[in-house]
Amino acid sequence: MIEVQVKKTLGAFTLDAAFACGAGVTALFGRSGAGKSTIVKAVAGLVRPDGGRVQVGDTTFFDAARRINVATERRGVGVVFQDGRLFPHMTVRRNLRYGYDRARGEKRVTFEAVTDVLGISSLLERRPVSLSGGERQRVAVGRALLSQPRLLLMDEPLASLDEVRKAELLPYFEKLNTEFRIPILYVSHAIDEVMRLASDVVLIDEGRVVAAGSLADVTSRIDLPPAAESFGSGAILECRVESHDASRGLTNLATALGPVKLALIERPLGSRLSIRIAARDVAIASERPTKISVQNIFDGKVIELRSLPNHIVRLKVAVGGGYLLSEITAEAAARLDLKPGLQVVALVKSVAIGR
Amino acid sequence: MLSDAEAQALWLSLIVATRSVTFSLPLAVLAAWVLARGRFPGKTLFDGFVHLPLVLPPVVVGYLLLLGFGTRGPIGHFLYENFGVRLAFTSAGASLATAVMSFPLMVRAIRLALEAVDRGLEDAARTLGAGALDRFASITLPLMLPGVLAGAVVAFAASLGEFGAVITFASNIPGETQTLPLAIYQAIQTPNGDAMAARLATLSIVIAFAGLLLSEVLARRIRATTAAP
Repeated sequence: MIEVQVKKTLGAFTLDAAFACGAGVTALFGRSGAGKSTIVKAVAGLVRPDGGRVQVGDTTFFDAARRINVATERRGVGVVFQDGRLFPHMTVRRNLRYGYDRARGEKRVTFEAVTDVLGISSLLERRPVSLSGGERQRVAVGRALLSQPRLLLMDEPLASLDEVRKAELLPYFEKLNTEFRIPILYVSHAIDEVMRLASDVVLIDEGRVVAAGSLADVTSRIDLPPAAESFGSGAILECRVESHDASRGLTNLATALGPVKLALIERPLGSRLSIRIAARDVAIASERPTKISVQNIFDGKVIELRSLPNHIVRLKVAVGGGYLLSEITAEAAARLDLKPGLQVVALVKSVAIGR
Repeated sequence: MLSDAEAQALWLSLIVATRSVTFSLPLAVLAAWVLARGRFPGKTLFDGFVHLPLVLPPVVVGYLLLLGFGTRGPIGHFLYENFGVRLAFTSAGASLATAVMSFPLMVRAIRLALEAVDRGLEDAARTLGAGALDRFASITLPLMLPGVLAGAVVAFAASLGEFGAVITFASNIPGETQTLPLAIYQAIQTPNGDAMAARLATLSIVIAFAGLLLSEVLARRIRATTAAP
Protein backbone atom coordinates (compact mmCIF):
# COMPACT_ATOMS: atom_id res chain seq x y z
CA MET A 1 0.00 0.00 0.00
CA ILE A 2 1.40 3.36 -1.01
CA GLU A 3 -0.01 6.53 0.47
CA VAL A 4 0.87 9.88 -0.98
CA GLN A 5 -0.19 13.22 0.34
CA VAL A 6 1.78 16.13 -1.06
CA LYS A 7 1.49 19.84 -0.61
CA LYS A 8 3.83 22.10 -2.47
CA THR A 9 3.70 25.68 -3.65
CA LEU A 10 5.84 26.60 -6.64
CA GLY A 11 5.32 30.22 -7.56
CA ALA A 12 1.66 30.65 -8.51
CA PHE A 13 1.13 26.89 -8.76
CA THR A 14 -0.17 24.97 -5.78
CA LEU A 15 -0.03 21.21 -5.58
CA ASP A 16 -2.27 19.60 -3.02
CA ALA A 17 -2.82 15.98 -3.90
CA ALA A 18 -3.60 12.89 -1.86
CA PHE A 19 -4.14 9.36 -3.09
CA ALA A 20 -3.30 5.76 -2.31
CA CYS A 21 -2.31 2.97 -4.60
CA GLY A 22 -1.79 -0.76 -4.41
CA ALA A 23 0.55 -3.39 -5.75
CA GLY A 24 -0.51 -3.09 -9.38
CA VAL A 25 0.09 -0.41 -11.96
CA THR A 26 -1.41 2.93 -11.02
CA ALA A 27 -1.52 5.61 -13.68
CA LEU A 28 -1.08 9.21 -12.69
CA PHE A 29 -2.96 10.89 -15.49
CA GLY A 30 -3.27 14.56 -16.32
CA ARG A 31 -2.30 17.32 -18.68
CA SER A 32 1.23 18.71 -18.84
CA GLY A 33 1.74 21.07 -15.94
CA ALA A 34 -0.93 19.39 -13.81
CA GLY A 35 1.66 18.54 -11.17
CA LYS A 36 2.29 14.88 -11.99
CA SER A 37 6.06 15.19 -12.18
CA THR A 38 6.22 17.11 -8.92
CA ILE A 39 4.34 14.27 -7.23
CA VAL A 40 6.83 11.77 -8.65
CA LYS A 41 9.76 13.87 -7.45
CA ALA A 42 8.22 14.17 -4.00
CA VAL A 43 7.78 10.41 -3.76
CA ALA A 44 11.38 9.89 -4.89
CA GLY A 45 12.60 12.55 -2.49
CA LEU A 46 13.99 14.82 -5.20
CA VAL A 47 11.60 17.57 -4.16
CA ARG A 48 10.78 18.36 -0.57
CA PRO A 49 7.06 18.97 -0.10
CA ASP A 50 5.88 21.84 2.10
CA GLY A 51 3.58 19.45 3.88
CA GLY A 52 2.01 16.02 3.74
CA ARG A 53 3.14 12.44 4.01
CA VAL A 54 4.64 9.78 1.80
CA GLN A 55 4.41 6.21 2.98
CA VAL A 56 5.35 3.00 1.18
CA GLY A 57 4.34 -0.17 2.99
CA ASP A 58 5.27 0.32 6.62
CA THR A 59 8.08 2.78 5.88
CA THR A 60 7.47 6.49 6.14
CA PHE A 61 9.60 8.41 3.62
CA PHE A 62 8.26 11.80 4.45
CA ASP A 63 6.07 13.19 7.17
CA ALA A 64 5.99 16.94 7.65
CA ALA A 65 4.26 16.65 11.01
CA ARG A 66 6.81 14.17 12.41
CA ARG A 67 9.74 15.85 10.65
CA ILE A 68 10.70 12.74 8.76
CA ASN A 69 12.43 13.09 5.43
CA VAL A 70 14.37 10.06 4.24
CA ALA A 71 17.15 10.89 1.75
CA THR A 72 16.48 9.86 -1.85
CA GLU A 73 19.40 7.45 -1.89
CA ARG A 74 17.97 5.52 1.05
CA ARG A 75 14.35 5.31 -0.14
CA GLY A 76 14.80 2.44 -2.54
CA VAL A 77 12.45 3.95 -5.08
CA GLY A 78 13.32 3.29 -8.71
CA VAL A 79 12.70 6.11 -11.15
CA VAL A 80 12.52 5.93 -14.93
CA PHE A 81 12.87 9.48 -16.24
CA GLN A 82 11.33 10.77 -19.42
CA ASP A 83 14.78 11.39 -20.90
CA GLY A 84 16.31 8.11 -19.68
CA ARG A 85 19.28 9.76 -17.99
CA LEU A 86 21.68 6.93 -18.70
CA PHE A 87 25.22 7.67 -17.58
CA PRO A 88 27.04 8.59 -20.82
CA HIS A 89 30.48 7.58 -19.59
CA MET A 90 29.49 4.02 -18.79
CA THR A 91 28.58 1.01 -20.89
CA VAL A 92 25.04 -0.37 -20.72
CA ARG A 93 26.33 -3.10 -18.41
CA ARG A 94 27.83 -0.62 -15.96
CA ASN A 95 24.67 1.48 -16.11
CA LEU A 96 22.62 -1.58 -15.22
CA ARG A 97 24.96 -2.55 -12.42
CA TYR A 98 25.06 0.94 -10.90
CA GLY A 99 21.99 0.53 -8.73
CA TYR A 100 22.37 -3.25 -8.47
CA ASP A 101 25.79 -2.99 -6.81
CA ARG A 102 24.56 -0.35 -4.39
CA ALA A 103 21.39 -2.19 -3.34
CA ARG A 104 21.42 -3.67 0.13
CA GLY A 105 19.88 -6.94 1.19
CA GLU A 106 18.52 -9.76 -0.90
CA LYS A 107 18.62 -9.27 -4.67
CA ARG A 108 15.21 -10.41 -5.80
CA VAL A 109 15.51 -8.95 -9.28
CA THR A 110 18.34 -10.66 -11.10
CA PHE A 111 20.52 -9.32 -13.89
CA GLU A 112 19.57 -12.20 -16.17
CA ALA A 113 15.83 -11.79 -15.66
CA VAL A 114 15.93 -8.08 -16.40
CA THR A 115 18.09 -8.26 -19.52
CA ASP A 116 15.91 -11.14 -20.69
CA VAL A 117 12.51 -9.58 -20.13
CA LEU A 118 13.58 -6.24 -21.60
CA GLY A 119 15.51 -7.79 -24.48
CA ILE A 120 18.71 -5.88 -23.83
CA SER A 121 21.22 -8.74 -23.45
CA SER A 122 22.83 -7.88 -26.78
CA LEU A 123 23.39 -4.23 -25.84
CA LEU A 124 25.50 -4.74 -22.72
CA GLU A 125 28.84 -3.56 -24.10
CA ARG A 126 27.38 -0.59 -25.99
CA ARG A 127 27.50 3.04 -24.88
CA PRO A 128 24.26 4.97 -24.32
CA VAL A 129 24.99 7.35 -27.23
CA SER A 130 24.87 4.48 -29.69
CA LEU A 131 21.43 3.29 -28.55
CA SER A 132 18.10 4.16 -30.18
CA GLY A 133 15.51 6.02 -28.13
CA GLY A 134 13.56 2.84 -27.43
CA GLU A 135 16.64 0.88 -26.43
CA ARG A 136 17.70 3.68 -24.12
CA GLN A 137 14.38 3.64 -22.28
CA ARG A 138 14.50 -0.14 -21.93
CA VAL A 139 17.95 0.11 -20.37
CA ALA A 140 16.70 2.90 -18.08
CA VAL A 141 13.84 0.65 -16.92
CA GLY A 142 16.28 -2.21 -16.38
CA ARG A 143 18.64 -0.02 -14.40
CA ALA A 144 15.81 1.13 -12.11
CA LEU A 145 14.52 -2.44 -11.62
CA LEU A 146 17.98 -3.76 -10.76
CA SER A 147 18.30 -1.30 -7.89
CA GLN A 148 15.79 -3.62 -6.17
CA PRO A 149 13.15 -0.89 -5.68
CA ARG A 150 10.08 -1.30 -3.49
CA LEU A 151 8.26 0.98 -5.88
CA LEU A 152 8.92 1.89 -9.48
CA LEU A 153 8.11 5.40 -10.67
CA MET A 154 7.85 5.87 -14.40
CA ASP A 155 7.66 9.53 -15.37
CA GLU A 156 6.30 9.68 -18.93
CA PRO A 157 8.87 7.17 -20.14
CA LEU A 158 7.42 7.14 -23.65
CA ALA A 159 6.80 10.86 -24.09
CA SER A 160 10.02 11.53 -25.97
CA LEU A 161 9.48 8.69 -28.45
CA ASP A 162 7.59 8.52 -31.73
CA GLU A 163 4.52 6.32 -32.22
CA VAL A 164 6.47 3.43 -33.75
CA ARG A 165 8.90 3.25 -30.83
CA LYS A 166 6.04 3.57 -28.34
CA ALA A 167 4.25 0.61 -29.88
CA GLU A 168 7.53 -1.29 -29.74
CA LEU A 169 8.04 -0.57 -26.02
CA LEU A 170 4.54 -1.08 -24.63
CA PRO A 171 4.68 -4.89 -24.75
CA TYR A 172 7.83 -4.80 -22.60
CA PHE A 173 6.18 -2.47 -20.09
CA GLU A 174 3.08 -4.65 -19.89
CA LYS A 175 5.15 -7.50 -18.50
CA LEU A 176 6.96 -5.55 -15.77
CA ASN A 177 4.40 -5.63 -12.98
CA THR A 178 3.53 -9.31 -13.25
CA GLU A 179 7.12 -10.37 -13.94
CA PHE A 180 8.86 -8.56 -11.09
CA ARG A 181 5.98 -7.94 -8.66
CA ILE A 182 6.92 -4.34 -7.97
CA PRO A 183 4.18 -1.71 -7.64
CA ILE A 184 4.38 0.83 -10.44
CA LEU A 185 3.29 4.44 -10.47
CA TYR A 186 3.05 5.35 -14.14
CA VAL A 187 2.82 9.00 -15.12
CA SER A 188 1.28 9.76 -18.47
CA HIS A 189 -0.92 12.10 -20.42
CA ALA A 190 -1.63 9.55 -23.15
CA ILE A 191 -4.87 7.64 -22.68
CA ASP A 192 -3.76 4.69 -24.84
CA GLU A 193 -0.74 4.01 -22.60
CA VAL A 194 -2.91 4.16 -19.49
CA MET A 195 -5.43 1.79 -21.05
CA ARG A 196 -2.76 -0.74 -21.94
CA LEU A 197 -0.79 -0.66 -18.71
CA ALA A 198 -2.75 0.51 -15.71
CA SER A 199 -5.20 -1.22 -13.42
CA ASP A 200 -5.92 1.93 -11.42
CA VAL A 201 -5.88 5.56 -12.30
CA VAL A 202 -5.50 8.84 -10.44
CA LEU A 203 -6.65 11.87 -12.42
CA ILE A 204 -4.72 15.04 -11.61
CA ASP A 205 -5.65 18.52 -12.66
CA GLU A 206 -4.16 21.81 -11.61
CA GLY A 207 -2.41 20.20 -8.70
CA ARG A 208 -5.44 18.38 -7.37
CA VAL A 209 -6.78 14.83 -7.55
CA VAL A 210 -10.08 15.01 -9.41
CA ALA A 211 -10.83 11.30 -9.57
CA ALA A 212 -9.22 8.07 -8.44
CA GLY A 213 -10.08 4.40 -8.56
CA SER A 214 -9.92 1.38 -10.83
CA LEU A 215 -9.56 2.18 -14.51
CA ALA A 216 -13.01 0.79 -15.33
CA ASP A 217 -14.67 2.76 -12.52
CA VAL A 218 -13.04 6.06 -13.34
CA THR A 219 -13.72 5.83 -17.05
CA SER A 220 -17.36 4.90 -16.41
CA ARG A 221 -18.04 7.94 -14.27
CA ILE A 222 -20.20 10.39 -16.10
CA ASP A 223 -19.50 13.16 -13.63
CA LEU A 224 -15.82 13.66 -14.36
CA PRO A 225 -15.09 17.35 -13.99
CA PRO A 226 -14.47 19.26 -17.22
CA ALA A 227 -10.82 19.52 -16.25
CA ALA A 228 -10.46 15.74 -16.62
CA GLU A 229 -12.12 15.81 -20.02
CA SER A 230 -8.91 14.90 -21.83
CA PHE A 231 -9.12 11.54 -20.10
CA GLY A 232 -12.08 10.86 -22.35
CA SER A 233 -14.90 8.95 -20.78
CA GLY A 234 -15.96 5.60 -22.07
CA ALA A 235 -16.71 2.07 -21.03
CA ILE A 236 -14.02 -0.54 -20.58
CA LEU A 237 -15.13 -4.07 -21.22
CA GLU A 238 -13.46 -7.35 -20.41
CA CYS A 239 -13.92 -9.63 -23.40
CA ARG A 240 -13.26 -13.12 -24.68
CA VAL A 241 -12.58 -13.87 -28.32
CA GLU A 242 -15.50 -16.06 -29.46
CA SER A 243 -14.95 -16.46 -33.17
CA HIS A 244 -13.29 -14.96 -36.19
CA ASP A 245 -15.15 -14.38 -39.41
CA ALA A 246 -12.25 -13.96 -41.78
CA SER A 247 -14.38 -13.77 -44.91
CA ARG A 248 -16.26 -10.77 -43.58
CA GLY A 249 -13.28 -9.36 -41.72
CA LEU A 250 -14.90 -9.42 -38.29
CA THR A 251 -14.08 -10.78 -34.86
CA ASN A 252 -16.86 -11.67 -32.44
CA LEU A 253 -16.31 -11.00 -28.76
CA ALA A 254 -18.28 -12.13 -25.75
CA THR A 255 -18.77 -9.26 -23.30
CA ALA A 256 -21.01 -8.22 -20.45
CA LEU A 257 -23.07 -6.32 -23.01
CA GLY A 258 -23.57 -9.45 -25.10
CA PRO A 259 -21.83 -10.17 -28.39
CA VAL A 260 -19.71 -7.37 -29.81
CA LYS A 261 -18.36 -7.28 -33.35
CA LEU A 262 -15.19 -5.49 -34.23
CA ALA A 263 -12.79 -5.38 -37.16
CA LEU A 264 -10.78 -8.60 -37.38
CA ILE A 265 -7.99 -8.82 -34.82
CA GLU A 266 -5.23 -11.38 -34.57
CA ARG A 267 -5.92 -13.00 -31.24
CA PRO A 268 -6.39 -16.72 -30.55
CA LEU A 269 -9.89 -17.98 -29.82
CA GLY A 270 -10.74 -17.87 -26.14
CA SER A 271 -8.09 -15.24 -25.31
CA ARG A 272 -9.08 -12.35 -23.08
CA LEU A 273 -8.63 -8.68 -23.75
CA SER A 274 -10.16 -5.40 -22.73
CA ILE A 275 -11.71 -2.99 -25.15
CA ARG A 276 -12.73 0.59 -24.69
CA ILE A 277 -15.85 2.11 -26.17
CA ALA A 278 -15.51 5.88 -26.00
CA ALA A 279 -18.63 7.83 -25.07
CA ARG A 280 -18.27 9.95 -28.20
CA ASP A 281 -18.58 6.86 -30.40
CA VAL A 282 -21.92 5.69 -29.01
CA ALA A 283 -25.09 6.91 -30.71
CA ILE A 284 -28.56 6.63 -29.17
CA ALA A 285 -31.85 5.81 -30.93
CA SER A 286 -35.29 5.34 -29.52
CA GLU A 287 -36.00 2.29 -31.69
CA ARG A 288 -33.96 -0.27 -33.61
CA PRO A 289 -32.96 1.23 -36.93
CA THR A 290 -32.99 -0.87 -40.07
CA LYS A 291 -30.64 -0.58 -43.03
CA ILE A 292 -27.77 0.86 -41.06
CA SER A 293 -24.03 0.19 -41.30
CA VAL A 294 -23.55 0.01 -37.55
CA GLN A 295 -22.70 -3.56 -36.49
CA ASN A 296 -23.34 -3.35 -32.76
CA ILE A 297 -26.86 -2.51 -31.71
CA PHE A 298 -27.79 -2.93 -28.06
CA ASP A 299 -31.08 -2.61 -26.24
CA GLY A 300 -30.59 -0.75 -23.01
CA LYS A 301 -32.03 1.53 -20.39
CA VAL A 302 -30.91 5.05 -19.52
CA ILE A 303 -29.60 5.15 -15.96
CA GLU A 304 -28.18 8.60 -15.58
CA LEU A 305 -27.86 11.82 -17.54
CA ARG A 306 -25.59 14.75 -17.09
CA SER A 307 -25.24 18.03 -18.91
CA LEU A 308 -21.74 19.04 -19.89
CA PRO A 309 -20.54 22.43 -21.07
CA ASN A 310 -20.87 23.22 -24.79
CA HIS A 311 -24.42 21.79 -24.99
CA ILE A 312 -23.39 18.18 -24.66
CA VAL A 313 -25.20 15.53 -22.64
CA ARG A 314 -23.45 12.46 -21.31
CA LEU A 315 -25.51 9.45 -20.35
CA LYS A 316 -24.98 6.03 -18.90
CA VAL A 317 -26.97 3.22 -20.44
CA ALA A 318 -27.36 -0.21 -18.83
CA VAL A 319 -26.94 -2.97 -21.41
CA GLY A 320 -27.14 -6.66 -20.46
CA GLY A 321 -24.85 -7.05 -17.45
CA GLY A 322 -22.81 -3.98 -18.24
CA TYR A 323 -23.16 -0.39 -19.36
CA LEU A 324 -22.17 2.02 -22.05
CA LEU A 325 -21.46 5.73 -21.90
CA SER A 326 -22.67 8.02 -24.62
CA GLU A 327 -22.20 11.66 -25.41
CA ILE A 328 -24.73 13.37 -27.60
CA THR A 329 -25.83 16.95 -28.18
CA ALA A 330 -28.32 18.49 -25.80
CA GLU A 331 -30.60 19.03 -28.79
CA ALA A 332 -30.63 15.30 -29.61
CA ALA A 333 -31.27 14.40 -25.99
CA ALA A 334 -34.25 16.75 -25.94
CA ARG A 335 -35.56 15.45 -29.27
CA LEU A 336 -35.53 11.85 -27.99
CA ASP A 337 -36.89 13.03 -24.64
CA LEU A 338 -34.20 11.06 -22.81
CA LYS A 339 -34.66 10.57 -19.10
CA PRO A 340 -33.61 7.92 -16.57
CA GLY A 341 -35.54 4.69 -16.97
CA LEU A 342 -36.23 5.14 -20.67
CA GLN A 343 -35.65 2.15 -22.96
CA VAL A 344 -33.24 3.09 -25.75
CA VAL A 345 -31.02 1.54 -28.38
CA ALA A 346 -27.27 2.16 -28.27
CA LEU A 347 -25.31 1.99 -31.51
CA VAL A 348 -21.57 1.36 -31.72
CA LYS A 349 -19.61 1.25 -34.97
CA SER A 350 -17.18 -1.67 -35.07
CA VAL A 351 -14.31 0.45 -36.34
CA ALA A 352 -14.69 2.84 -33.39
CA ILE A 353 -13.86 0.21 -30.79
CA GLY A 354 -10.43 0.70 -29.41
CA ARG A 355 -8.14 -1.70 -27.70
CA MET B 1 73.05 20.40 -26.18
CA LEU B 2 72.11 22.02 -22.86
CA SER B 3 74.65 23.28 -20.35
CA ASP B 4 74.42 22.03 -16.77
CA ALA B 5 72.92 25.33 -15.63
CA GLU B 6 70.28 25.19 -18.36
CA ALA B 7 69.37 21.57 -17.62
CA GLN B 8 69.13 22.47 -13.96
CA ALA B 9 66.71 25.34 -14.68
CA LEU B 10 64.58 23.09 -16.88
CA TRP B 11 64.47 20.27 -14.33
CA LEU B 12 63.70 22.68 -11.49
CA SER B 13 60.91 24.34 -13.48
CA LEU B 14 59.26 20.98 -14.13
CA ILE B 15 59.50 20.04 -10.44
CA VAL B 16 58.14 23.39 -9.26
CA ALA B 17 55.25 23.31 -11.72
CA THR B 18 54.38 19.66 -11.07
CA ARG B 19 54.33 20.19 -7.32
CA SER B 20 52.31 23.36 -7.73
CA VAL B 21 49.64 21.66 -9.85
CA THR B 22 49.54 18.53 -7.68
CA PHE B 23 48.82 20.45 -4.50
CA SER B 24 46.46 23.05 -5.93
CA LEU B 25 44.34 20.70 -8.06
CA PRO B 26 42.22 19.22 -5.22
CA LEU B 27 41.75 22.70 -3.76
CA ALA B 28 40.78 24.07 -7.17
CA VAL B 29 38.16 21.32 -7.60
CA LEU B 30 36.80 22.18 -4.17
CA ALA B 31 36.74 25.92 -4.92
CA ALA B 32 35.08 25.28 -8.30
CA TRP B 33 32.47 23.14 -6.55
CA VAL B 34 31.74 25.81 -3.98
CA LEU B 35 31.49 28.50 -6.65
CA ALA B 36 29.34 26.43 -9.02
CA ARG B 37 27.03 24.76 -6.51
CA GLY B 38 27.36 26.60 -3.22
CA ARG B 39 24.82 29.08 -1.94
CA PHE B 40 26.05 31.13 0.96
CA PRO B 41 26.35 34.78 1.90
CA GLY B 42 29.67 36.23 0.80
CA LYS B 43 29.95 33.99 -2.24
CA THR B 44 30.68 36.99 -4.50
CA LEU B 45 33.45 38.01 -2.13
CA PHE B 46 34.91 34.50 -2.21
CA ASP B 47 34.68 34.52 -6.01
CA GLY B 48 36.59 37.81 -6.09
CA PHE B 49 39.22 36.52 -3.67
CA VAL B 50 39.87 33.42 -5.79
CA HIS B 51 40.26 35.54 -8.91
CA LEU B 52 42.41 38.21 -7.27
CA PRO B 53 45.80 36.87 -8.49
CA LEU B 54 44.48 37.23 -12.04
CA VAL B 55 44.13 41.00 -11.73
CA LEU B 56 46.83 41.89 -9.20
CA PRO B 57 50.39 42.61 -10.41
CA PRO B 58 52.38 39.40 -9.75
CA VAL B 59 54.91 41.40 -7.75
CA VAL B 60 52.14 42.40 -5.36
CA VAL B 61 51.13 38.75 -4.94
CA GLY B 62 54.75 37.86 -4.20
CA TYR B 63 54.98 40.70 -1.71
CA LEU B 64 51.76 39.61 0.03
CA LEU B 65 53.13 36.06 0.19
CA LEU B 66 56.26 37.40 1.83
CA LEU B 67 54.15 39.21 4.39
CA GLY B 68 52.17 36.09 5.19
CA PHE B 69 54.56 33.20 4.55
CA GLY B 70 57.95 34.89 5.15
CA THR B 71 59.83 33.68 8.24
CA ARG B 72 58.52 36.70 10.13
CA GLY B 73 55.02 36.48 8.65
CA PRO B 74 52.33 34.85 10.85
CA ILE B 75 51.87 31.68 8.77
CA GLY B 76 55.53 31.38 7.78
CA HIS B 77 56.59 31.80 11.41
CA PHE B 78 54.11 29.15 12.57
CA LEU B 79 55.26 26.65 9.93
CA TYR B 80 58.94 27.24 10.75
CA GLU B 81 58.50 27.01 14.52
CA ASN B 82 56.32 23.89 14.47
CA PHE B 83 57.41 21.94 11.41
CA GLY B 84 60.75 23.46 10.49
CA VAL B 85 59.31 24.34 7.10
CA ARG B 86 60.64 27.43 5.39
CA LEU B 87 58.87 28.65 2.26
CA ALA B 88 60.41 32.02 1.45
CA PHE B 89 63.49 31.72 -0.82
CA THR B 90 63.03 27.95 -1.29
CA SER B 91 61.83 25.83 -4.20
CA ALA B 92 58.75 24.88 -2.16
CA GLY B 93 58.07 28.62 -1.92
CA ALA B 94 58.44 28.90 -5.70
CA SER B 95 55.75 26.22 -6.01
CA LEU B 96 53.50 28.12 -3.60
CA ALA B 97 53.91 31.33 -5.59
CA THR B 98 53.15 29.66 -8.92
CA ALA B 99 50.20 27.77 -7.37
CA VAL B 100 48.62 30.98 -6.11
CA MET B 101 49.13 32.71 -9.45
CA SER B 102 47.73 29.86 -11.56
CA PHE B 103 44.87 29.00 -9.18
CA PRO B 104 42.20 31.23 -10.79
CA LEU B 105 42.91 29.80 -14.25
CA MET B 106 42.53 26.29 -12.92
CA VAL B 107 39.32 27.06 -11.03
CA ARG B 108 37.77 28.73 -14.08
CA ALA B 109 38.34 25.74 -16.34
CA ILE B 110 37.08 23.26 -13.75
CA ARG B 111 34.06 25.37 -12.86
CA LEU B 112 32.98 25.60 -16.49
CA ALA B 113 33.20 21.82 -16.83
CA LEU B 114 31.30 21.31 -13.59
CA GLU B 115 28.51 23.64 -14.63
CA ALA B 116 28.14 21.68 -17.85
CA VAL B 117 27.45 18.42 -15.97
CA ASP B 118 23.75 17.49 -16.20
CA ARG B 119 22.41 17.50 -12.66
CA GLY B 120 19.65 15.20 -13.78
CA LEU B 121 22.28 12.47 -13.99
CA GLU B 122 23.21 13.08 -10.36
CA ASP B 123 19.53 12.86 -9.40
CA ALA B 124 19.33 9.58 -11.27
CA ALA B 125 22.35 8.33 -9.31
CA ARG B 126 20.62 9.33 -6.07
CA THR B 127 17.55 7.29 -6.90
CA LEU B 128 19.90 4.37 -7.54
CA GLY B 129 21.27 4.58 -4.02
CA ALA B 130 24.42 6.68 -4.42
CA GLY B 131 25.30 9.04 -1.56
CA ALA B 132 26.94 12.44 -2.05
CA LEU B 133 30.61 11.37 -2.18
CA ASP B 134 29.77 8.29 -4.22
CA ARG B 135 27.87 10.44 -6.74
CA PHE B 136 30.76 12.84 -7.04
CA ALA B 137 33.31 10.09 -7.60
CA SER B 138 31.23 7.96 -9.96
CA ILE B 139 29.26 10.54 -11.96
CA THR B 140 30.29 14.18 -11.56
CA LEU B 141 34.07 13.84 -11.54
CA PRO B 142 34.31 11.52 -14.56
CA LEU B 143 31.98 13.80 -16.53
CA MET B 144 33.96 16.94 -15.72
CA LEU B 145 37.34 15.27 -16.21
CA PRO B 146 38.16 16.98 -19.53
CA GLY B 147 37.74 20.33 -17.77
CA VAL B 148 39.90 19.27 -14.82
CA LEU B 149 42.56 18.16 -17.26
CA ALA B 150 42.39 21.40 -19.20
CA GLY B 151 42.66 23.33 -15.93
CA ALA B 152 45.69 21.33 -14.87
CA VAL B 153 47.47 21.88 -18.19
CA VAL B 154 46.76 25.61 -18.24
CA ALA B 155 47.96 25.88 -14.64
CA PHE B 156 51.08 23.85 -15.41
CA ALA B 157 51.95 26.12 -18.32
CA ALA B 158 51.30 29.23 -16.24
CA SER B 159 53.44 27.80 -13.42
CA LEU B 160 56.35 27.22 -15.80
CA GLY B 161 56.08 30.80 -16.96
CA GLU B 162 55.44 32.59 -13.69
CA PHE B 163 58.03 35.28 -13.11
CA GLY B 164 57.02 38.19 -10.86
CA ALA B 165 55.58 36.33 -7.89
CA VAL B 166 58.39 33.75 -7.88
CA ILE B 167 61.25 36.22 -8.03
CA THR B 168 59.64 38.36 -5.30
CA PHE B 169 58.76 35.57 -2.87
CA ALA B 170 61.38 32.91 -3.65
CA SER B 171 64.14 35.02 -5.18
CA ASN B 172 66.41 33.95 -8.05
CA ILE B 173 68.66 31.23 -6.61
CA PRO B 174 70.18 28.88 -9.22
CA GLY B 175 69.30 25.27 -8.44
CA GLU B 176 66.79 26.27 -5.78
CA THR B 177 64.31 28.78 -7.18
CA GLN B 178 65.65 29.74 -10.58
CA THR B 179 63.01 28.45 -12.96
CA LEU B 180 63.13 28.89 -16.75
CA PRO B 181 61.81 32.46 -16.98
CA LEU B 182 64.13 33.56 -14.19
CA ALA B 183 67.09 31.88 -15.92
CA ILE B 184 66.13 33.55 -19.20
CA TYR B 185 65.94 36.90 -17.44
CA GLN B 186 69.36 36.39 -15.90
CA ALA B 187 70.86 35.24 -19.21
CA ILE B 188 69.60 38.41 -20.90
CA GLN B 189 71.15 40.51 -18.14
CA THR B 190 74.50 38.71 -18.50
CA PRO B 191 77.02 39.80 -21.20
CA ASN B 192 77.22 37.14 -23.99
CA GLY B 193 74.16 35.41 -22.51
CA ASP B 194 72.05 35.88 -25.65
CA ALA B 195 72.63 32.36 -26.96
CA MET B 196 71.63 30.83 -23.64
CA ALA B 197 68.51 33.02 -23.46
CA ALA B 198 67.53 31.94 -26.98
CA ARG B 199 68.01 28.25 -26.17
CA LEU B 200 65.96 28.50 -22.96
CA ALA B 201 63.23 30.50 -24.73
CA THR B 202 63.03 27.84 -27.43
CA LEU B 203 62.80 25.21 -24.71
CA SER B 204 59.88 27.07 -23.09
CA ILE B 205 58.03 27.20 -26.39
CA VAL B 206 58.58 23.47 -26.99
CA ILE B 207 57.36 22.54 -23.51
CA ALA B 208 54.27 24.75 -23.77
CA PHE B 209 53.41 23.31 -27.16
CA ALA B 210 53.91 19.71 -25.99
CA GLY B 211 51.64 20.38 -23.03
CA LEU B 212 48.88 21.70 -25.26
CA LEU B 213 49.15 18.73 -27.61
CA LEU B 214 49.11 16.27 -24.75
CA SER B 215 46.01 17.78 -23.18
CA GLU B 216 44.27 17.82 -26.55
CA VAL B 217 45.03 14.12 -27.08
CA LEU B 218 43.85 13.20 -23.58
CA ALA B 219 40.68 15.28 -23.83
CA ARG B 220 39.88 13.68 -27.17
CA ARG B 221 40.34 10.24 -25.68
CA ILE B 222 38.01 11.06 -22.78
CA ARG B 223 35.42 12.53 -25.11
CA ALA B 224 35.57 9.48 -27.33
CA THR B 225 34.20 7.36 -24.51
CA THR B 226 31.14 9.57 -24.01
CA ALA B 227 30.41 10.93 -27.49
CA ALA B 228 28.95 9.21 -30.53
CA PRO B 229 31.36 6.97 -32.45
